[in-house]
Amino acid sequence: MLDFLVLYWPRLLSGTGITIAQFLAAAVLGVAISLVFGLAKLSSTLIVRGIATTYIEVFRGTSLVVQLYWIFFVLPLFGLTIDNFTAGYIAVGMNIGAYGAELVRGGILSVPKGQWEAAVAVNMSGFQRMRRIILPQALVNMLPPWGNLMIELLKGTALVSLISVGDLMFQARQINASTFLSAQVFGAALIIYYILARFMLTPCMRWLERVMARKLGRA
Amino acid sequence: MQDLSALPHELTGNTVPMISFKSVRKAYGDLVVINDLDLDIQVGETVSIIGPSGSGKTTVLRMLMTLEDVNGGVIYVDGKPLTHMVKNGKLVPANERHLRKQRVNIGMCFQHFNLFPHMTAIENCMEGPVQVLGLSKSEARERSEELLELVGMIDKKDQHPARLSGGQQQRVAIARALAMRPKVMLFDEVTSALDPEVIGEVTNVIRNLVAEHNLTMLLVTHQMGFARDISDRVCFFFGGKIEEQGSPDQLFGNPQRERTRQFLSAVREAI
Repeated sequence: MLDFLVLYWPRLLSGTGITIAQFLAAAVLGVAISLVFGLAKLSSTLIVRGIATTYIEVFRGTSLVVQLYWIFFVLPLFGLTIDNFTAGYIAVGMNIGAYGAELVRGGILSVPKGQWEAAVAVNMSGFQRMRRIILPQALVNMLPPWGNLMIELLKGTALVSLISVGDLMFQARQINASTFLSAQVFGAALIIYYILARFMLTPCMRWLERVMARKLGRA
Repeated sequence: MQDLSALPHELTGNTVPMISFKSVRKAYGDLVVINDLDLDIQVGETVSIIGPSGSGKTTVLRMLMTLEDVNGGVIYVDGKPLTHMVKNGKLVPANERHLRKQRVNIGMCFQHFNLFPHMTAIENCMEGPVQVLGLSKSEARERSEELLELVGMIDKKDQHPARLSGGQQQRVAIARALAMRPKVMLFDEVTSALDPEVIGEVTNVIRNLVAEHNLTMLLVTHQMGFARDISDRVCFFFGGKIEEQGSPDQLFGNPQRERTRQFLSAVREAI
């Protein structure tokens, strides 16, 4: 195993770098989409609500791999060509955004009605109520499920190897194809994904939760 | 829709009431909570609303704060329609812009305080003045410190609500409402969620406001002694209507209506 790592660590490392880059880009996109469609789902306008519901249904109800292939292989047929790195994080981000939108919606609904009323009583506009009063509290309530979703997102990025983005999974498959050291190479990939999720992502989310709790004066 | 053409577009005259309900009606489906209510409250007057639960007393305050819309009639504040606006020479239901213009006159305190939990006591007070009135942070801080001093909470100004007792939270909530400099203050059962031993600290703050400021106040309360002490007038609500109203001495000392007598004796027995 050690010989294996000595030989192939540069490729595994570069793959891990791409995986992290895919994760970060997809996370930013996913959070933005969650916010927009989560708020849209609560809109009083039927059309806005309908668009959000359709989006969420389509991206939650169909397979991520199929979505990925659509964006990379089918959109060029309509004249929209996207490079594989961009197509990768767009597909994963849009998919996770559909799940996140439901979290945002639930988080906003979990803020007590009295908070809306108090914000009206100090004469805030609808936008101020949402931005200053409701969203900050909703954010705290939805952080724990967001932690789960971020781990799902990280693991979801492994699929971008299917459109030849040079991520960790892609490198592992390449090494496997040329060496047939399946146990070593997929074992290493397994451990790296676990380390990323368990020792980097989870502590980050815990830290965020603690910071937000302190802002609420709960800690 | 109900015909509002008989109602004025603006109240004029020598003594325009601060608050005026004209034929106001509120219903949830078939359940009528406020039935054709007419009620005038003069500038600087302190009026308490008492009555059994379900009599519509809290709804009166919530309609004034525009937390509930009205199903009939018009509410006027400072002579101008609150729930409606004049468009093409007719009174039509108010839009959000009109409501925001009229709401500046009104402040409200709630049974469950509803302080913003992610802000400290002073940030709660500064939020409205900075965001809504456009004051600078230092102006808003100065105003908020004065008010927290007034309610005896200045030494806790940097605490979050989670660290404050119910009585303390309610006092901060009063300061937050006053920071907007409203002409009308609404108190909706502000002592009902408090432990008995801290009710006094909140009622004392309100007593001081009545004594030293020229606010128009409308209170819904179950504290009969408190209502009797501070009110210029007490309204007894029953079934969405004012069953009886009068000076505190009249209403508590010599109630005329059978339902008022029943209610007051039931309340006295409970103590």
